[in-house]
Amino acid sequence: MALQFNENLCLTCPTVDCLEKCQYLAFGPGEAAQEMRKLIQGEDCRLLTECRTCYACEEYCRRGNHPFYLISERREEKGIYTAPRPITRQWYNMTAMQGKPLIGAVGERALSLCFIPLLGELGRGKLFEEVEAASVFGPEFMCPAVHSHFAKMSVIKERLPQVIANFVKLGVKEVICLHDECYGTFTSIAPAYGIEVPFTPVYYMDYLLTRLDELKDAIRPLGIKVAYQRPCSNRLIPQKHRLVREILDRIGAVLMERTYQDEQALCCGEIIRTIAGWRLADDIQGRNLEDMVQSGAEYCVFNCPACQTTLSAKVRAKGLKPVHLIDLCKMALGEKTKED
Amino acid sequence: MKRVHEIEHADIVHRCFRCGYCKFPEDYVDFNCPSYRAFGWDTYSPGGRMWLIRAWMNGELTTTPHLAEILYSCAACDNCKEQCVFPRFKDYLPEIFQEAKAEMVTEGLVPPKVRDYFKAVAVNGNPYKLPQAERGKWAQGLGLPVFSDQEYLFYVGCVGSYDEVGQKMARSVGKLLMDLGLSVGILGDREHCDGNEVRVMGETGLFTALAEENVIQFKALGVKKIVTLDPHALNTFRRDYPRFRGDFEVRHFSEVLADRLAEGEPVLKGWKVRVTFHDPCYLGRHNGIYDAPRRVLQAIPGLELIEMRRNRKNAFCCGGGGGNFFTDILGGGEDAPARVRLREALDTGAEILVVACPQCYKMLDDALKAEGKEEVMEVIDLAEAVRRAG
Amino acid sequence: MEHIYRSLVAIVGERGVSNRPEELWYYSRDPGVLEPHRPDFVVTPKTTEQVRDIVLLARKEKIPLVPMGNGMALTGLVIPLKGGIVLDMKRMNRILEVNEMGRYAVVEGGTSQGMLKAYLKDHHPRLRHSLPDAPPTTTIAANVSLHGQGRLTQQYGFNSDMVTGLEVVLPTGEVCLIGSPSLGPYWFSKGPTLPDLSGLFLGWLGTTGIITKVGLKLYPNKKFRDVELFVTDRVELVPSILYKLTHLEMLEDINVWFQPRPLLFKDNYHITLYFTGDTVEEVEFKRHMVWDALQEFMESKDGGFMALDYLKDTLLEMPQRGVAAFADVPRGGGFEYSGPITLIEHYPAYAAKVVELAHKYDVLYASSARLISGGHSMMFSISFAFNRADPAMMGRVKAALDEATAFALDMGGIPWKPNHFEQRLTLERLNPNTRELMRRIKMCLDPDGIMNPGNWEVNEYETSA
Repeated sequence: MALQFNENLCLTCPTVDCLEKCQYLAFGPGEAAQEMRKLIQGEDCRLLTECRTCYACEEYCRRGNHPFYLISERREEKGIYTAPRPITRQWYNMTAMQGKPLIGAVGERALSLCFIPLLGELGRGKLFEEVEAASVFGPEFMCPAVHSHFAKMSVIKERLPQVIANFVKLGVKEVICLHDECYGTFTSIAPAYGIEVPFTPVYYMDYLLTRLDELKDAIRPLGIKVAYQRPCSNRLIPQKHRLVREILDRIGAVLMERTYQDEQALCCGEIIRTIAGWRLADDIQGRNLEDMVQSGAEYCVFNCPACQTTLSAKVRAKGLKPVHLIDLCKMALGEKTKED
Repeated sequence: MKRVHEIEHADIVHRCFRCGYCKFPEDYVDFNCPSYRAFGWDTYSPGGRMWLIRAWMNGELTTTPHLAEILYSCAACDNCKEQCVFPRFKDYLPEIFQEAKAEMVTEGLVPPKVRDYFKAVAVNGNPYKLPQAERGKWAQGLGLPVFSDQEYLFYVGCVGSYDEVGQKMARSVGKLLMDLGLSVGILGDREHCDGNEVRVMGETGLFTALAEENVIQFKALGVKKIVTLDPHALNTFRRDYPRFRGDFEVRHFSEVLADRLAEGEPVLKGWKVRVTFHDPCYLGRHNGIYDAPRRVLQAIPGLELIEMRRNRKNAFCCGGGGGNFFTDILGGGEDAPARVRLREALDTGAEILVVACPQCYKMLDDALKAEGKEEVMEVIDLAEAVRRAG
Repeated sequence: MEHIYRSLVAIVGERGVSNRPEELWYYSRDPGVLEPHRPDFVVTPKTTEQVRDIVLLARKEKIPLVPMGNGMALTGLVIPLKGGIVLDMKRMNRILEVNEMGRYAVVEGGTSQGMLKAYLKDHHPRLRHSLPDAPPTTTIAANVSLHGQGRLTQQYGFNSDMVTGLEVVLPTGEVCLIGSPSLGPYWFSKGPTLPDLSGLFLGWLGTTGIITKVGLKLYPNKKFRDVELFVTDRVELVPSILYKLTHLEMLEDINVWFQPRPLLFKDNYHITLYFTGDTVEEVEFKRHMVWDALQEFMESKDGGFMALDYLKDTLLEMPQRGVAAFADVPRGGGFEYSGPITLIEHYPAYAAKVVELAHKYDVLYASSARLISGGHSMMFSISFAFNRADPAMMGRVKAALDEATAFALDMGGIPWKPNHFEQRLTLERLNPNTRELMRRIKMCLDPDGIMNPGNWEVNEYETSA
């Protein structure tokens, strides 16, 4: 199972956007192209030790190649760790399949809660009433994408086929992914490795839009100003980024313009803290949060439970209210109050 | 090893670590197990009881009056279940205690007062040995209709029917429910014991008979909704009666009151007073109802609610549960749970102690007298508080 | 025995004495693995005077006396090895005084850890004490008399180092004040600058007297308390990591632990470090200092900090309820541990020993070490869980713990709260003059040999020439 990386596509790229746009590495004239050449050829290069695993180059590459996956492959080939080795081991151990998943009344559709308990709470209520009972939870259904942060593509290659097989065994035709990383795993990582996904992954924001349209008479526009925290995994599915605005428009929330948005978005910084230390992580988080404050937002809207867990306290300390996008929709439907 | 005594959960009794978390509330401020607080022996704590049950099942201990007293001193307040640190063991603590008692009932070796209680309920239909015909006397002159097809059956229970303090509360609550325009009827002298205490004390045969009889009667009368005076009845109707195909919508009167007040009736003039509230175990810890009585009190203009140090799921039991209201195994004295609780209420500086259970009412009212503090505080029921604010 | 019963009733009242089978059965054992021994009586005194009178009676009748807190030492120290009277001290549970400026509390001999914690939180929120992770029902007096440890041990030493005075009933019946209370009303010193007599009672496992009051140091309770968790898979690095951390002089507590389950923890060594502060800035400064101190291990990828979003609340609990919950891992309600005191440089050897013993005896293990006094030593706990319904398993756990203690002694360590078997092992290896000194002290204080006999039986050894 090899990464389907088109070397020629990369070597003939005139802009090397993947690296030139990188928020963490700066290159001299011609250096970015050289780095990519060295990476492709398996030589030592800066990328192997300095890449911060923010995933952004997967979006910056306009040619459909996978620069970040290649960096991770090369790291693993060379035995280079990003996070400390014991932390890498922890992630491997704690996401190991135990044979005790929680499986609801799954028919042709499953609602994937991955292995994130917070998704269980989010995936409830009117918006999900048709699929809530069909939820699945456990490492057996967990997208293994996180191991790319730790340069362990082998873990992804080992586990992703098993995860897909577990879904197939349930007989599902559609899997609603409540997490970008799940959707990104099935639609970006799997094809990058030639792994077939014999069901249709449904991105939860697409599902939300459909439901919001069905429930439009019940929506009371929120009339609030929000900043959006774009997660790293959304970079794997950049075509879906526009859905955030559409949802916010539906529910009457104003997305405030700010510096670190869209392609310039900053990740939550917690994996970077593990990989590169507190200074860089604090710097990223500091700039990000200050930017939110300066934008005039009242709320910080999250798309990813991990970002939310990481940043909620800091967001609150800055005077903003942390909320997940799904909960914001529930507020618009009157299922949750602002106090909740 | 073959056991001398078998209970349903015999296979897990040995898992108790006797660590003592069960003796405390969540923040360890004082001992929260009524029997341990009263007697001071580890054997009277939940962990002690559990270890003794294991020894008794294995034949290392025989059934003695003292062992029986230890088992029946439990007030069934559920604090141990709330506080035990073993996640897959804690939920079975009350069951294990009840099963051990049931085994003693089978042996015929329960304490005399427990035996007398069962006999009175079996023969007279109530623990007071008073005639069934007098069961409805508490309602005389009140105007509460007999249940025919009203929305709610107002179920009063033995304490509300026969005990002087209980009757006072039954009248207070019954009148208020009527004044609120609630569609309620009572059974009066056709009412029978709900059996909660009978069950907790291990007389499962008698409990089954009572429950079945009540379910048949309620269904025959077309009862769909029940509002109870006593949280003990609420508890058994909600949790046990479905086993006997008794699926009724059961509420405590505090919940009904809270809902009505939220709708804006009755309109209350107000009452400027400092009040504290005692959470009944069967309303609070057993059934998770903490807010309803508080919403009632907080709806009264001018009333200041001061919480006791131990409140809600950490409330200290009055000592009336587990049949102790009738058997008085916990006894009197300054370490009696009711007196300990009353002193805690006095510490708040409140003038009024509000209760929502007739058994708590009697226990705490008697404790007030024993402490000699009638000039400082008064114990009243929740409905009386609303009436005084009207 | 009837006359003794009557005499005890005369002292503590009917409700304060029991010779009924139920109490005798219960108080003949603790939740550990050792064999029970039946007492003749159990009493629950409420005052020092009652304790004194019980001691005088016991002396007269030559009956053993065994004082007891909650019995959670787990090494059988409250088991009446020679029968006699067990004194359950827990009715003496008042908090007598808190001196805020002097930062000490005076409590009775049966006052629990939990109640002191709650009391301070309610009435003196700027103060805290060194709370152990034992269940909150354990008593302060028992903890200090066993040289127990707590959350502040890394900073300030054993909990016994935090004693500021004692009231003790001697085995001969005198009520004795130790330290500054012996001269005046203040409880600020257990000895210095007088001869430190507290050493006659602390660590003696109840064989030299009964503690009826304890003065205890209290410490500043900061507004914020936070935790970081450093993880390494190279056990040989642990001493260096600990050395760097203790050099900071900034940490409240440092625990080092490992266990095979849950999978999250498998094959790694975890160092939990706690720090406090009155401002966010102070806490963040300490966090950064900690990270920077261990930078070299992160750069070499040998260690890193774990994100604690889901674990933080559990780690910050005081006491940690999960410690007791370890007992239910084999669904059997029991665990016992040996916790010798040793140097931090011995950590790798002890860690290897835990795993070796677990495999050899087929038992479930966990290990948690706590640093003492800035790393001058550490308590290394070797803990095995057992199923109380499985006597064979309990036997294997006992054998494993015996071997653990022997190993600790071989390594030059000191056993902590040793059971009577471990005490014998220790006495055998003790310097003969030291042992003789212990014997003389014991003979002097307890000439009748009534105090918790079977423990620290120095008399069994011949006197040195």
